Amino acid sequence: MILGRRSDLPFERDQSTRFLPWIVALMVFLGVLMFAAALVVSNAVDTWDSTLTGRMTVQIPQSTASDETTQALAGILEKTPGVSGVRIVPDSEARALLVPWLGEGVVSAGLPVPDLIDVEIAPGARLDPVLLRARLAETAPDVTVDDHRAWLSALITLARTAEILAFAILALIASAAVIAVIFTTRSGLAVHNAIIELLHQMGARDTYIAGQFQIQAMMLALRGGIAGGLSAVLVLMAFGWIGRGIDAAFLPDMSLSIAGWLVLLLVPAGAVAIAMLTARLTVLRALARMP
Amino acid sequence: MLSFENVGMRYGVGPEVLRDISFKLAPGSFHFLTGSSGAGKTTLLKLMYLALRPTRGLVHVFDRDVSITPRAELPELRQKIGVVFQDFRLIDHLSAVENVALPLRVGGARHAEIDTHVRELLSWVGLGERLDARPSTLSGGQQQRVAIARAVINRPKLLLADEPTGNVDDRIAVRLMYLFEELNKAGTTVVIATHNNALVEKFGHPVLRLDDGELTLRRKLGPAAEPRGSV
Repeated sequence: MILGRRSDLPFERDQSTRFLPWIVALMVFLGVLMFAAALVVSNAVDTWDSTLTGRMTVQIPQSTASDETTQALAGILEKTPGVSGVRIVPDSEARALLVPWLGEGVVSAGLPVPDLIDVEIAPGARLDPVLLRARLAETAPDVTVDDHRAWLSALITLARTAEILAFAILALIASAAVIAVIFTTRSGLAVHNAIIELLHQMGARDTYIAGQFQIQAMMLALRGGIAGGLSAVLVLMAFGWIGRGIDAAFLPDMSLSIAGWLVLLLVPAGAVAIAMLTARLTVLRALARMP
Repeated sequence: MLSFENVGMRYGVGPEVLRDISFKLAPGSFHFLTGSSGAGKTTLLKLMYLALRPTRGLVHVFDRDVSITPRAELPELRQKIGVVFQDFRLIDHLSAVENVALPLRVGGARHAEIDTHVRELLSWVGLGERLDARPSTLSGGQQQRVAIARAVINRPKLLLADEPTGNVDDRIAVRLMYLFEELNKAGTTVVIATHNNALVEKFGHPVLRLDDGELTLRRKLGPAAEPRGSV
């Protein structure tokens, strides 16, 4: 009993600490959702980036397309420096791409679909789409070369903005958590002032007293962090389950990898670390004013 | 061990509660501190146990000038000072054993060492049966004995006690005085603030007397024997 880990300060009687776990739980809940959103957006952008920036699509309008022309263009592309792969997209695959947008009926009812050649660019190589088109136009004047840059850059800008916004909100949430811990700790200092003075008189160093507040903040934040984190995970799992039921080919993959889930653990862990550090610094600053 | 030179103390902009206090306590000395209520005994003790800094004058504790000692080094000095407070200041949510163990824990003593010493001392002051009792369940006298045990547990070099026998019967008071004398014989410098003239007479140690903020030394209880300021 004597050597138990009971704190010198009776925190359990401290009314001001009752709300901290709830506040931390709410912050962690919102934080995990924000962080998850930022991760999903970031993953989507990376996926778009990696799948589209290393590729170009050569398109031959149906009016001028023929197997010979398409084969000839594929031959030119294969010989073009910087091109690592050329694939003529089968007609059925090209039509399948349109089904989500136009519907099965329209696509299968004789809709003219251009011939497509998927060009893979070697890593590190740079191909100028204008020059490439000019070269291909000698064989097929109506040919177009799409490097996806136009719509991709706008999309990436939008996604990056959303990502920054999510992290900014996360920072705001962390700031609010810091303020909540500061107020709780200050309240604790006022409530336990007599015992703190006693410990101080006995020769307790500031770090000894701060350590007790730090452990208390850790326990409270841990309680709130676990509750908030678990709630957020349940919500994310529900989202994932609902998302799997939606057939939307144009949406990026909304699921999180195992690494993503592990990264989400950083939010409650970060909340605990922030609470501990804030409590410690608050107490040390206050005690520095004692004689 | 401890010296005051022309020390004055006032709270805020109020009048000086202590004026031109000068004295020296030799290592291993034993003094009573007497004076009427409001004479400044508690303030003088607070200056001695470093809870206050003087408004003017010099205070040396363990040969360190308190006014220029860095704040980070004061805990080390405080750990050598045991204090018995008039209002005991026991921590309600801790047991008697845990209260007494506090100075040892603060000083970083090992758990096994703490346990043995604390139980032995509490038994010695007659609380062997109430080791795990909370202060609120103890009588005034029992609380006082816990407070005294806490003050002496780490064998302080300087022991300051504010009315340590105020709530105990004469038999326990004498027993506690013997404990203080034992500590004193072991080298602890002792200052006991008290109103109990019978106790002061019985034990016959020199008396520091405070009257209206000024200090005089009497070798024994009775008329002032020496001028103020030279102890």
